[in-house]
Amino acid sequence: MSLVLPRSSTVAHPPSLHPAYTSTVLRAPREPLVLVPHTLTELTGPVYGQGKVRDSDADLTTQHAGEPQGERIIVTGRVLDEDGRPVPNALVELWQANAAGRYVHVRDQHPAPLDPNFTGAGRYLTGTDGRYRFTTVRPGAYPWRNHHNAWRPAHIHFSVFGPSFLSRLVTQMYFPGDPLFPFDPIFNSIPDEAARNRLVARFDLAVTQPEWALGYQFDIVLRGREATPTEEPHEH
Amino acid sequence: MSTETAEARPDGLSPSQTVGPFFHYGLTPGAAYGHVPVSVDGQVAAPGTPSEPIVLTGRVVDGAGDPVPDAMLEIWQADSDGRYAHPDDGRPRASNSFTGFGRSDTTAEGVYRFTTIKPGRVPGPGGREQAPHVLVAVFGRGMLKQLFTRIYFDDEASNAEDPILALVPAGRRPTLIARRDGDTFTLDIRLQGGDETVFFDV
Ligand SMILES: [Fe+2]
Repeated sequence: MSLVLPRSSTVAHPPSLHPAYTSTVLRAPREPLVLVPHTLTELTGPVYGQGKVRDSDADLTTQHAGEPQGERIIVTGRVLDEDGRPVPNALVELWQANAAGRYVHVRDQHPAPLDPNFTGAGRYLTGTDGRYRFTTVRPGAYPWRNHHNAWRPAHIHFSVFGPSFLSRLVTQMYFPGDPLFPFDPIFNSIPDEAARNRLVARFDLAVTQPEWALGYQFDIVLRGREATPTEEPHEH
Repeated sequence: MSTETAEARPDGLSPSQTVGPFFHYGLTPGAAYGHVPVSVDGQVAAPGTPSEPIVLTGRVVDGAGDPVPDAMLEIWQADSDGRYAHPDDGRPRASNSFTGFGRSDTTAEGVYRFTTIKPGRVPGPGGREQAPHVLVAVFGRGMLKQLFTRIYFDDEASNAEDPILALVPAGRRPTLIARRDGDTFTLDIRLQGGDETVFFDV
Protein backbone atom coordinates (compact mmCIF):
# COMPACT_ATOMS: atom_id res chain seq x y z
CA MET A 1 0.00 0.00 0.00
CA SER A 2 1.39 3.40 -0.87
CA LEU A 3 -1.50 5.79 -0.35
CA VAL A 4 -0.88 8.74 1.96
CA LEU A 5 -3.44 11.33 3.07
CA PRO A 6 -1.63 14.40 4.41
CA ARG A 7 -3.71 16.30 6.95
CA SER A 8 -2.15 19.56 5.82
CA SER A 9 -4.14 19.39 2.57
CA THR A 10 -7.42 19.74 4.43
CA VAL A 11 -6.76 23.44 5.06
CA ALA A 12 -8.67 23.93 1.81
CA HIS A 13 -11.93 23.01 3.55
CA PRO A 14 -14.19 25.43 5.41
CA PRO A 15 -14.29 25.31 9.20
CA SER A 16 -17.24 23.43 10.71
CA LEU A 17 -18.34 26.62 12.47
CA HIS A 18 -19.06 29.56 10.16
CA PRO A 19 -21.62 31.72 11.99
CA ALA A 20 -22.66 33.62 8.85
CA TYR A 21 -24.15 30.27 7.79
CA THR A 22 -26.45 30.18 10.79
CA SER A 23 -27.23 26.45 10.73
CA THR A 24 -23.60 25.70 11.59
CA VAL A 25 -23.96 27.33 15.03
CA LEU A 26 -25.71 24.36 16.67
CA ARG A 27 -24.19 21.67 14.45
CA ALA A 28 -20.45 22.30 14.72
CA PRO A 29 -18.57 20.44 17.46
CA ARG A 30 -17.15 22.59 20.26
CA GLU A 31 -14.68 20.03 21.56
CA PRO A 32 -11.35 19.72 19.75
CA LEU A 33 -11.09 16.88 17.25
CA VAL A 34 -9.04 13.94 18.53
CA LEU A 35 -5.94 13.32 16.43
CA VAL A 36 -5.58 9.65 15.46
CA PRO A 37 -3.26 7.81 13.07
CA HIS A 38 -4.47 6.48 9.73
CA THR A 39 -5.04 2.75 10.01
CA LEU A 40 -6.18 0.24 7.42
CA THR A 41 -9.71 1.40 8.25
CA GLU A 42 -9.04 4.97 7.11
CA LEU A 43 -6.79 4.09 4.19
CA THR A 44 -9.35 1.86 2.48
CA GLY A 45 -12.83 2.70 1.28
CA PRO A 46 -15.74 1.59 -0.83
CA VAL A 47 -15.09 0.35 -4.34
CA TYR A 48 -18.09 0.92 -6.53
CA GLY A 49 -18.87 -1.80 -9.03
CA GLN A 50 -18.89 -1.44 -12.80
CA GLY A 51 -22.27 -2.08 -14.32
CA LYS A 52 -24.27 -0.52 -11.51
CA VAL A 53 -24.34 2.87 -13.21
CA ARG A 54 -26.26 3.15 -16.47
CA ASP A 55 -25.30 5.48 -19.31
CA SER A 56 -28.72 7.10 -19.00
CA ASP A 57 -27.90 8.16 -15.42
CA ALA A 58 -25.56 10.80 -16.88
CA ASP A 59 -28.15 12.59 -19.03
CA LEU A 60 -30.57 14.51 -16.84
CA THR A 61 -32.43 15.83 -19.91
CA THR A 62 -33.70 12.43 -21.07
CA GLN A 63 -35.05 10.88 -17.87
CA HIS A 64 -38.68 11.79 -18.59
CA ALA A 65 -41.15 11.74 -21.47
CA GLY A 66 -40.28 15.26 -22.59
CA GLU A 67 -37.33 17.64 -22.41
CA PRO A 68 -36.84 19.88 -19.39
CA GLN A 69 -37.11 23.66 -19.62
CA GLY A 70 -33.95 25.70 -19.43
CA GLU A 71 -30.51 26.18 -20.85
CA ARG A 72 -29.01 22.82 -21.82
CA ILE A 73 -25.42 22.38 -20.59
CA ILE A 74 -22.67 19.78 -20.58
CA VAL A 75 -20.64 19.49 -17.37
CA THR A 76 -17.45 17.44 -17.61
CA GLY A 77 -14.17 17.18 -15.77
CA ARG A 78 -11.68 14.83 -14.21
CA VAL A 79 -11.56 13.38 -10.73
CA LEU A 80 -7.92 13.72 -9.64
CA ASP A 81 -5.80 12.88 -6.63
CA GLU A 82 -3.40 15.34 -5.04
CA ASP A 83 -0.67 14.35 -7.48
CA GLY A 84 -2.96 15.21 -10.39
CA ARG A 85 -3.40 11.59 -11.34
CA PRO A 86 -6.84 10.51 -12.59
CA VAL A 87 -9.01 8.56 -10.15
CA PRO A 88 -10.63 5.70 -12.09
CA ASN A 89 -13.88 4.00 -11.07
CA ALA A 90 -14.85 7.00 -8.96
CA LEU A 91 -18.57 7.22 -8.35
CA VAL A 92 -19.78 10.77 -9.04
CA GLU A 93 -23.31 11.61 -7.93
CA LEU A 94 -24.95 14.97 -8.51
CA TRP A 95 -28.23 16.67 -7.73
CA GLN A 96 -29.52 20.12 -8.52
CA ALA A 97 -32.46 22.49 -8.78
CA ASN A 98 -34.28 22.92 -12.08
CA ALA A 99 -33.91 25.96 -14.34
CA ALA A 100 -36.36 27.91 -12.19
CA GLY A 101 -34.36 27.27 -9.01
CA ARG A 102 -36.78 24.67 -7.62
CA TYR A 103 -35.75 21.27 -6.26
CA VAL A 104 -38.00 18.28 -6.81
CA HIS A 105 -37.46 17.64 -3.08
CA VAL A 106 -40.69 17.33 -1.08
CA ARG A 107 -39.50 19.90 1.47
CA ASP A 108 -38.58 22.63 -1.05
CA GLN A 109 -41.16 25.40 -0.57
CA HIS A 110 -39.75 27.94 -3.07
CA PRO A 111 -42.73 29.16 -5.13
CA ALA A 112 -41.07 28.50 -8.47
CA PRO A 113 -42.49 25.92 -10.88
CA LEU A 114 -41.56 22.27 -10.80
CA ASP A 115 -40.70 20.80 -14.19
CA PRO A 116 -42.43 17.49 -14.89
CA ASN A 117 -39.55 16.62 -17.20
CA PHE A 118 -36.75 17.20 -14.72
CA THR A 119 -35.74 15.35 -11.57
CA GLY A 120 -32.20 16.67 -11.30
CA ALA A 121 -30.29 13.59 -10.10
CA GLY A 122 -27.47 11.86 -11.99
CA ARG A 123 -24.56 9.44 -11.60
CA TYR A 124 -21.36 8.62 -13.42
CA LEU A 125 -18.55 6.13 -12.85
CA THR A 126 -15.24 7.54 -14.10
CA GLY A 127 -13.13 5.59 -16.57
CA THR A 128 -9.37 5.11 -16.49
CA ASP A 129 -8.91 8.78 -17.44
CA GLY A 130 -10.85 9.88 -14.34
CA ARG A 131 -13.29 11.78 -16.51
CA TYR A 132 -17.01 12.20 -15.93
CA ARG A 133 -19.57 13.88 -18.18
CA PHE A 134 -23.15 14.97 -17.57
CA THR A 135 -25.78 16.58 -19.75
CA THR A 136 -28.25 18.68 -17.78
CA VAL A 137 -29.79 22.16 -17.62
CA ARG A 138 -28.33 25.14 -15.87
CA PRO A 139 -29.93 25.37 -12.41
CA GLY A 140 -31.54 28.62 -11.27
CA ALA A 141 -30.59 30.61 -8.21
CA TYR A 142 -32.97 30.12 -5.28
CA PRO A 143 -33.82 31.90 -2.03
CA TRP A 144 -33.20 30.50 1.44
CA ARG A 145 -33.90 31.73 4.94
CA ASN A 146 -30.39 32.15 6.31
CA HIS A 147 -30.76 35.95 6.44
CA HIS A 148 -32.92 38.65 4.87
CA ASN A 149 -33.02 38.40 1.07
CA ALA A 150 -30.63 35.45 1.00
CA TRP A 151 -30.12 33.75 -2.37
CA ARG A 152 -27.83 30.88 -3.25
CA PRO A 153 -25.72 31.32 -6.38
CA ALA A 154 -26.60 28.77 -9.04
CA HIS A 155 -24.87 25.50 -8.15
CA ILE A 156 -24.82 21.78 -8.72
CA HIS A 157 -24.26 19.48 -5.72
CA PHE A 158 -21.53 16.86 -6.23
CA SER A 159 -20.76 13.73 -4.20
CA VAL A 160 -17.52 11.93 -5.10
CA PHE A 161 -15.69 8.83 -3.89
CA GLY A 162 -11.93 8.46 -4.08
CA PRO A 163 -9.28 5.93 -3.16
CA SER A 164 -10.11 5.89 0.56
CA PHE A 165 -12.97 6.70 2.92
CA LEU A 166 -11.08 9.88 3.85
CA SER A 167 -11.03 10.97 0.21
CA ARG A 168 -14.80 11.21 0.26
CA LEU A 169 -15.99 14.65 -0.85
CA VAL A 170 -19.34 16.38 -0.98
CA THR A 171 -19.18 19.79 -2.59
CA GLN A 172 -20.92 22.23 -4.93
CA MET A 173 -20.02 23.44 -8.40
CA TYR A 174 -20.66 27.08 -9.23
CA PHE A 175 -20.86 29.02 -12.50
CA PRO A 176 -18.36 31.68 -13.54
CA GLY A 177 -19.20 35.31 -12.86
CA ASP A 178 -22.18 34.74 -10.59
CA PRO A 179 -23.19 38.10 -9.05
CA LEU A 180 -24.35 36.33 -5.88
CA PHE A 181 -20.86 35.14 -4.85
CA PRO A 182 -20.10 38.07 -2.51
CA PHE A 183 -23.33 37.50 -0.58
CA ASP A 184 -23.26 33.73 -0.13
CA PRO A 185 -22.03 32.52 3.29
CA ILE A 186 -21.68 28.93 2.09
CA PHE A 187 -19.36 29.80 -0.80
CA ASN A 188 -17.49 32.27 1.41
CA SER A 189 -17.06 29.76 4.24
CA ILE A 190 -13.99 28.57 2.30
CA PRO A 191 -11.21 30.70 3.79
CA ASP A 192 -8.87 30.89 0.81
CA GLU A 193 -9.93 32.73 -2.34
CA ALA A 194 -7.96 30.45 -4.65
CA ALA A 195 -9.62 27.42 -3.03
CA ARG A 196 -13.06 29.02 -3.46
CA ASN A 197 -12.36 29.57 -7.11
CA ARG A 198 -11.58 25.87 -7.57
CA LEU A 199 -15.32 25.31 -7.12
CA VAL A 200 -16.16 27.62 -10.02
CA ALA A 201 -16.51 25.75 -13.30
CA ARG A 202 -14.78 27.06 -16.40
CA PHE A 203 -16.73 27.76 -19.58
CA ASP A 204 -15.13 25.76 -22.38
CA LEU A 205 -15.93 26.40 -26.02
CA ALA A 206 -14.26 23.09 -26.91
CA VAL A 207 -16.83 21.22 -24.79
CA THR A 208 -19.67 23.39 -26.10
CA GLN A 209 -21.62 21.66 -28.86
CA PRO A 210 -22.82 23.80 -31.79
CA GLU A 211 -26.58 24.26 -31.98
CA TRP A 212 -26.96 22.16 -28.84
CA ALA A 213 -25.40 22.97 -25.44
CA LEU A 214 -22.89 25.15 -23.60
CA GLY A 215 -19.95 23.27 -22.08
CA TYR A 216 -18.30 23.62 -18.67
CA GLN A 217 -15.17 22.00 -17.23
CA PHE A 218 -15.01 21.19 -13.52
CA ASP A 219 -12.09 19.15 -12.18
CA ILE A 220 -12.40 17.66 -8.69
CA VAL A 221 -9.30 17.09 -6.54
CA LEU A 222 -9.59 14.51 -3.75
CA ARG A 223 -7.39 13.65 -0.77
CA GLY A 224 -4.73 11.05 -1.35
CA ARG A 225 -1.43 10.76 -3.14
CA GLU A 226 1.31 8.26 -3.76
CA ALA A 227 3.82 7.90 -0.93
CA THR A 228 7.39 8.83 -1.77
CA PRO A 229 9.94 6.13 -0.93
CA THR A 230 10.86 7.85 2.33
CA GLU A 231 7.28 8.06 3.53
CA GLU A 232 5.49 5.49 5.61
CA PRO A 233 1.97 5.03 4.25
CA HIS A 234 0.74 4.50 7.81
CA GLU A 235 1.28 7.42 10.14
CA HIS A 236 2.33 5.50 13.19
CA MET B 1 8.80 24.03 -14.73
CA SER B 2 5.76 25.14 -16.63
CA THR B 3 2.47 24.93 -14.77
CA GLU B 4 0.57 24.92 -18.05
CA THR B 5 0.87 21.21 -18.70
CA ALA B 6 -2.21 19.01 -18.50
CA GLU B 7 -0.58 16.89 -15.81
CA ALA B 8 0.28 19.81 -13.52
CA ARG B 9 0.03 19.04 -9.86
CA PRO B 10 -3.22 20.53 -8.53
CA ASP B 11 -3.00 23.66 -6.38
CA GLY B 12 -4.96 21.94 -3.63
CA LEU B 13 -8.05 19.95 -2.78
CA SER B 14 -11.51 20.82 -3.96
CA PRO B 15 -13.04 22.34 -0.82
CA SER B 16 -16.01 20.71 0.85
CA GLN B 17 -19.47 22.27 0.85
CA THR B 18 -22.56 21.27 2.78
CA VAL B 19 -24.77 18.48 1.49
CA GLY B 20 -27.63 20.93 2.12
CA PRO B 21 -31.23 20.12 3.01
CA PHE B 22 -32.25 18.61 -0.33
CA PHE B 23 -29.82 15.73 -0.86
CA HIS B 24 -32.36 12.96 -0.35
CA TYR B 25 -33.58 12.52 -3.93
CA GLY B 26 -29.98 12.42 -5.12
CA LEU B 27 -28.25 10.36 -2.43
CA THR B 28 -30.89 8.53 -0.39
CA PRO B 29 -33.89 8.41 -2.75
CA GLY B 30 -35.54 5.34 -1.22
CA ALA B 31 -39.23 4.92 -1.76
CA ALA B 32 -39.98 8.65 -1.77
CA TYR B 33 -38.22 9.05 -5.12
CA GLY B 34 -38.66 5.57 -6.47
CA HIS B 35 -37.59 6.45 -10.02
CA VAL B 36 -34.08 7.48 -8.93
CA PRO B 37 -31.54 4.63 -8.86
CA VAL B 38 -30.06 3.82 -5.45
CA SER B 39 -26.25 3.81 -5.27
CA VAL B 40 -26.05 2.53 -1.69
CA ASP B 41 -28.41 2.38 1.26
CA GLY B 42 -28.62 1.26 4.87
CA GLN B 43 -28.69 -2.43 4.06
CA VAL B 44 -24.99 -3.13 4.26
CA ALA B 45 -25.32 -6.88 4.59
CA ALA B 46 -27.82 -8.76 2.50
CA PRO B 47 -30.05 -11.11 4.49
CA GLY B 48 -28.30 -14.43 4.93
CA THR B 49 -24.74 -13.04 4.94
CA PRO B 50 -22.84 -15.69 6.89
CA SER B 51 -22.03 -13.69 10.01
CA GLU B 52 -23.69 -12.19 13.01
CA PRO B 53 -26.42 -9.84 11.70
CA ILE B 54 -26.88 -6.65 13.66
CA VAL B 55 -28.80 -3.39 13.46
CA LEU B 56 -26.88 -0.17 14.07
CA THR B 57 -29.11 2.74 14.97
CA GLY B 58 -29.36 5.92 16.98
CA ARG B 59 -30.33 9.56 16.83
CA VAL B 60 -28.34 12.51 15.54
CA VAL B 61 -28.92 15.53 17.80
CA ASP B 62 -27.68 19.12 17.68
CA GLY B 63 -26.28 21.46 20.30
CA ALA B 64 -29.78 22.25 21.60
CA GLY B 65 -30.53 18.55 22.01
CA ASP B 66 -32.95 18.61 19.09
CA PRO B 67 -33.00 15.79 16.54
CA VAL B 68 -31.33 16.53 13.21
CA PRO B 69 -33.81 15.44 10.54
CA ASP B 70 -31.58 16.26 7.56
CA ALA B 71 -28.33 14.47 8.33
CA MET B 72 -26.76 11.58 6.44
CA LEU B 73 -24.39 8.93 7.76
CA GLU B 74 -22.04 6.78 5.76
CA ILE B 75 -20.28 3.82 7.33
CA TRP B 76 -17.25 1.74 6.33
CA GLN B 77 -16.36 -1.50 8.05
CA ALA B 78 -14.55 -4.78 7.75
CA ASP B 79 -16.23 -8.16 7.42
CA SER B 80 -16.50 -10.59 10.31
CA ASP B 81 -12.92 -11.74 9.72
CA GLY B 82 -11.69 -8.16 9.97
CA ARG B 83 -11.00 -7.78 6.23
CA TYR B 84 -11.91 -4.87 4.01
CA ALA B 85 -13.42 -5.16 0.55
CA HIS B 86 -10.63 -3.05 -0.93
CA PRO B 87 -7.54 -3.94 -2.97
CA ASP B 88 -5.18 -2.41 -0.38
CA ASP B 89 -6.34 -5.07 2.08
CA GLY B 90 -4.66 -7.86 0.20
CA ARG B 91 -5.75 -10.66 2.53
CA PRO B 92 -8.15 -13.23 1.10
CA ARG B 93 -11.79 -12.95 2.09
CA ALA B 94 -14.28 -15.72 2.77
CA SER B 95 -16.92 -13.99 0.64
CA ASN B 96 -16.87 -11.12 -1.81
CA SER B 97 -20.52 -10.23 -1.36
CA PHE B 98 -20.06 -7.98 1.65
CA THR B 99 -19.00 -4.46 0.63
CA GLY B 100 -18.81 -2.97 4.13
CA PHE B 101 -20.25 0.32 2.91
CA GLY B 102 -23.61 1.83 3.85
CA ARG B 103 -25.52 5.12 3.74
CA SER B 104 -28.52 6.23 5.79
CA ASP B 105 -30.35 9.52 6.03
CA THR B 106 -32.05 10.49 9.27
CA THR B 107 -35.80 10.43 9.83
CA ALA B 108 -37.89 13.35 11.08
CA GLU B 109 -36.88 12.15 14.56
CA GLY B 110 -33.19 12.23 13.62
CA VAL B 111 -32.83 8.44 13.52
CA TYR B 112 -30.29 6.64 11.32
CA ARG B 113 -30.36 2.89 10.77
CA PHE B 114 -28.12 0.24 9.21
CA THR B 115 -28.57 -3.48 8.90
CA THR B 116 -25.13 -5.02 8.79
CA ILE B 117 -22.87 -7.59 10.44
CA LYS B 118 -20.54 -7.34 13.36
CA PRO B 119 -17.04 -6.57 12.04
CA GLY B 120 -13.98 -8.50 13.17
CA ARG B 121 -10.76 -7.08 14.59
CA VAL B 122 -8.51 -5.33 12.09
CA PRO B 123 -4.81 -4.46 12.05
CA GLY B 124 -3.80 -1.26 13.79
CA PRO B 125 -0.73 0.88 14.26
CA GLY B 126 2.47 -0.78 15.40
CA GLY B 127 1.11 -4.27 14.82
CA ARG B 128 -1.52 -3.88 17.53
CA GLU B 129 -4.97 -5.16 16.60
CA GLN B 130 -7.92 -2.81 16.79
CA ALA B 131 -11.18 -3.71 18.47
CA PRO B 132 -14.15 -4.25 16.12
CA HIS B 133 -15.38 -0.88 14.93
CA VAL B 134 -17.20 0.98 12.19
CA LEU B 135 -15.89 4.20 10.65
CA VAL B 136 -18.58 6.86 10.30
CA ALA B 137 -18.83 10.05 8.24
CA VAL B 138 -21.60 12.46 9.23
CA PHE B 139 -23.00 14.90 6.68
CA GLY B 140 -25.87 17.34 7.04
CA ARG B 141 -27.44 20.69 6.40
CA GLY B 142 -25.46 23.17 8.47
CA MET B 143 -22.35 21.00 8.19
CA LEU B 144 -19.77 22.46 5.81
CA LYS B 145 -17.69 19.27 5.82
CA GLN B 146 -18.21 15.74 7.06
CA LEU B 147 -17.27 14.79 10.60
CA PHE B 148 -15.52 11.47 11.16
CA THR B 149 -16.23 9.28 14.16
CA ARG B 150 -16.26 5.58 15.01
CA ILE B 151 -18.74 3.14 16.49
CA TYR B 152 -17.43 0.46 18.87
CA PHE B 153 -19.47 -2.29 20.53
CA ASP B 154 -20.08 -2.58 24.27
CA ASP B 155 -19.79 -6.38 24.32
CA GLU B 156 -16.19 -6.41 23.08
CA ALA B 157 -13.53 -6.93 25.74
CA SER B 158 -10.89 -5.83 23.21
CA ASN B 159 -12.11 -2.22 23.53
CA ALA B 160 -9.82 -2.00 26.55
CA GLU B 161 -6.74 -2.52 24.37
CA ASP B 162 -7.86 -0.63 21.26
CA PRO B 163 -5.07 1.76 20.17
CA ILE B 164 -7.47 4.40 18.83
CA LEU B 165 -9.80 4.43 21.86
CA ALA B 166 -6.66 4.78 23.98
CA LEU B 167 -6.09 8.20 22.37
CA VAL B 168 -9.52 9.41 23.50
CA PRO B 169 -9.86 10.93 26.99
CA ALA B 170 -11.39 8.17 29.13
CA GLY B 171 -14.39 10.26 30.09
CA ARG B 172 -15.37 10.73 26.45
CA ARG B 173 -14.95 7.12 25.28
CA PRO B 174 -18.57 6.18 26.04
CA THR B 175 -19.67 8.52 23.22
CA LEU B 176 -18.13 6.00 20.80
CA ILE B 177 -19.48 2.74 22.24
CA ALA B 178 -22.85 1.42 21.11
CA ARG B 179 -25.00 -0.46 23.62
CA ARG B 180 -26.37 -3.88 22.79
CA ASP B 181 -30.00 -4.93 23.15
CA GLY B 182 -30.68 -8.21 21.38
CA ASP B 183 -29.31 -7.85 17.85
CA THR B 184 -29.55 -4.04 17.95
CA PHE B 185 -26.69 -1.72 18.86
CA THR B 186 -27.68 1.87 19.67
CA LEU B 187 -25.49 4.95 19.71
CA ASP B 188 -26.59 8.57 19.49
CA ILE B 189 -24.42 11.10 17.66
CA ARG B 190 -24.31 14.41 19.52
CA LEU B 191 -22.89 17.05 17.21
CA GLN B 192 -22.35 19.58 19.99
CA GLY B 193 -22.76 20.18 23.70
CA GLY B 194 -23.00 17.89 26.72
CA ASP B 195 -21.73 14.40 25.94
CA GLU B 196 -20.61 15.65 22.55
CA THR B 197 -19.54 12.76 20.34
CA VAL B 198 -15.80 12.42 19.83
CA PHE B 199 -14.93 13.39 16.28
CA PHE B 200 -11.54 12.60 14.84
CA ASP B 201 -8.87 14.66 13.18
CA VAL B 202 -7.91 12.28 10.41
FE1 LIG C 1 -28.58 23.51 -3.27
